[in-house]
Amino acid sequence: MSSTTFDLIEGGRSAPLEPLTGTEIAARSPLELFWRRFRKDRIALVSLGFIVFLVVVAIAAPLVVKLLGAAGPDVQNPGALTQFGTPTGPSFAHHHIFGVDPLGRDVFSRVVYGARVSLEVAFIATGLSMMIGIGVGMVAGLYRGWVDTLLSRMIDLTLCFPVLLLGLGLGAACSQGNGCAGGTIKPGTDVVILVIVLATWTYIARIVRGQVLSLREKEFVQAARSLGASEARIIFREVLPNLTASIIVVATLFIPINILTEAALSFLGVGVQPPNPSWGGMLADATNIFNSAWWYMVFPGAALLLTVLAFNLVGDGLQDALQPRAAHT
Amino acid sequence: MSSSPGASTGERAAAPAGERPPVGALVEVVDLVKHFPITRGVILQRRIGAVRAVDGVSFEVRRGETLGIVGETGCGKSTTAKLIMRLLDPTSGQVRFDGRDITRLKGAPLKAMRRDMQMIFQDPYSSLNPRKTVGSIIGDPFAIHGLERGRAQRKRAVQALMETVGLNPEHYNRYPHEFSGGQRQRIGVARALALRPKLLIADEPVSALDVSIQAQVLNLLRDLQARFGLTLVFIAHDLSVVRHMCDRVAVMYLGKIVEIGPSDALYRFPRHPYTGALLSAVPVADPARARERRALVSGDVPSPANPPPACRFHTRCPKVRERCRTDEPALAPKGSGTEAACHFPLTEQEVARMHVVTGPVRPA
Repeated sequence: MSSTTFDLIEGGRSAPLEPLTGTEIAARSPLELFWRRFRKDRIALVSLGFIVFLVVVAIAAPLVVKLLGAAGPDVQNPGALTQFGTPTGPSFAHHHIFGVDPLGRDVFSRVVYGARVSLEVAFIATGLSMMIGIGVGMVAGLYRGWVDTLLSRMIDLTLCFPVLLLGLGLGAACSQGNGCAGGTIKPGTDVVILVIVLATWTYIARIVRGQVLSLREKEFVQAARSLGASEARIIFREVLPNLTASIIVVATLFIPINILTEAALSFLGVGVQPPNPSWGGMLADATNIFNSAWWYMVFPGAALLLTVLAFNLVGDGLQDALQPRAAHT
Repeated sequence: MSSSPGASTGERAAAPAGERPPVGALVEVVDLVKHFPITRGVILQRRIGAVRAVDGVSFEVRRGETLGIVGETGCGKSTTAKLIMRLLDPTSGQVRFDGRDITRLKGAPLKAMRRDMQMIFQDPYSSLNPRKTVGSIIGDPFAIHGLERGRAQRKRAVQALMETVGLNPEHYNRYPHEFSGGQRQRIGVARALALRPKLLIADEPVSALDVSIQAQVLNLLRDLQARFGLTLVFIAHDLSVVRHMCDRVAVMYLGKIVEIGPSDALYRFPRHPYTGALLSAVPVADPARARERRALVSGDVPSPANPPPACRFHTRCPKVRERCRTDEPALAPKGSGTEAACHFPLTEQEVARMHVVTGPVRPA
């Protein structure tokens, strides 16, 4: 805070007033304050850079693969296999910088395309579970009473489901033919997204409900009510802006969890269906031949590890920058 | 300082300052009751009792006066304020504003009525939304009621209000965290003034502030009251602050008014033993008198979920007799200017012995 704030107490009333067209005193918005704090966190900044890089690579996957001269993710290159039919390791000679898999497909381009699947599933699933969680949490927190009781018990019930078993069951049920729910949920990423949303919306709903319960008791909500503000105005203008910080933090921390869930489901065979590339699926394939083809496991594994790590570090950085518990109320 | 704040705000004619406001009560509270249910059970909630926060309170607030409401924490002061403001719905009883029963108002009439009464909150840190600029906070009343339309016009109105309450209008775009507690309270005052209310309820407006800042905010409230002909309900637990501010004072204990009257009379000659105890507890800035024995009551306030029968003060009263445990005293004039709810009011000798601070405490 600048020192000018102090002379207001005494001098504010008698201070000569310039015409209001004069220079405005620069104000630091919450966004600026956040950025000033976040900027100082080197690790989070590097991680954010990696995520941006990953997103760009995922979006421009065909371009990246072409620029590096690699084959497409589904192109089988028998020439890259040994005479015994086992895959060869990383080499620049065949433009297979990460080596090939047992079918002669380029591991590098499969890792790049796998990033697409991972990020797509993680972002969509996190977005959907956020929407459901925020909606349910706000309704429960704002209306309390029997609405809250009903929704909270529903959350408790959903939390009792074993996620992996649910995923396996749903995956098995939906992987036949047209999928389940009348064909709306197709085998593959749809099932993964459904399982993730079912498993995670509850956590978000609980966090939001708790925040709303504490916010609605704040005096600024009562002040808005005493001014005659409508319920909608109170929700969208008073309560929701105060939730953004925690929503952003929770979202960034759920994205890596969801990436891992996708990988796990694909590893178990109920996620992304072959021949589509996915990190989890590649890891599953690689387990049998790890002795002879280490690259098939190491590169997708490293991609998964780095991505999850980067999201977690950014999430921690955001938490520190957005919710400094000490200073401001 | 020449322009009156929100001169453009006044879509209605406010009584010019200095002119005598019409006499009579602006607010009449009749037998107001608020019980908060205590429930047990998770899914099937059973009602196992009630906190009697306000339990049959009647008083009136006259036009242009300042009524103080004092009492310990938990005696129902703030609940009474919220009931008048319609932030809570009463269990029973009536609040009449300008002769009109507002207890059951809903929707548009309630919203229209809210323009006439506003509130200043206790905690300047929680009463301002940290995500909004000061301009947006003070401009909210206009936005909600569709007044001062247009960016430039609303900004002008807000900055006029900021000037009125002693804030630098150039700080229009700042956020609450950039202000000190006293300045934040001024922002709250500006927001409450925006609609040019007739009644302003101040719920412990200075108890969260530094002592050096308290007087500034109190003086601001007095200035504004004189300037806009406001009627003020002033809630506090600091008796010297109340004396500085109020024409009349109501003393509450466990959800009931135990004594009410003009502040001069009440401070000179308190009749209810609880009022006497409160007054003798006021700290005196005089080392010579520091060791004097004070008539402090002993024990804790009983639970408002299970208040004592008959006179609620009888468990702690130094003058308690059998009748106090069986027969509830009603508020009645006791011949010294105030009305007290007591069978055996304090006598002059007793007041003298209690070392009640009766001298002037009004700050110079």
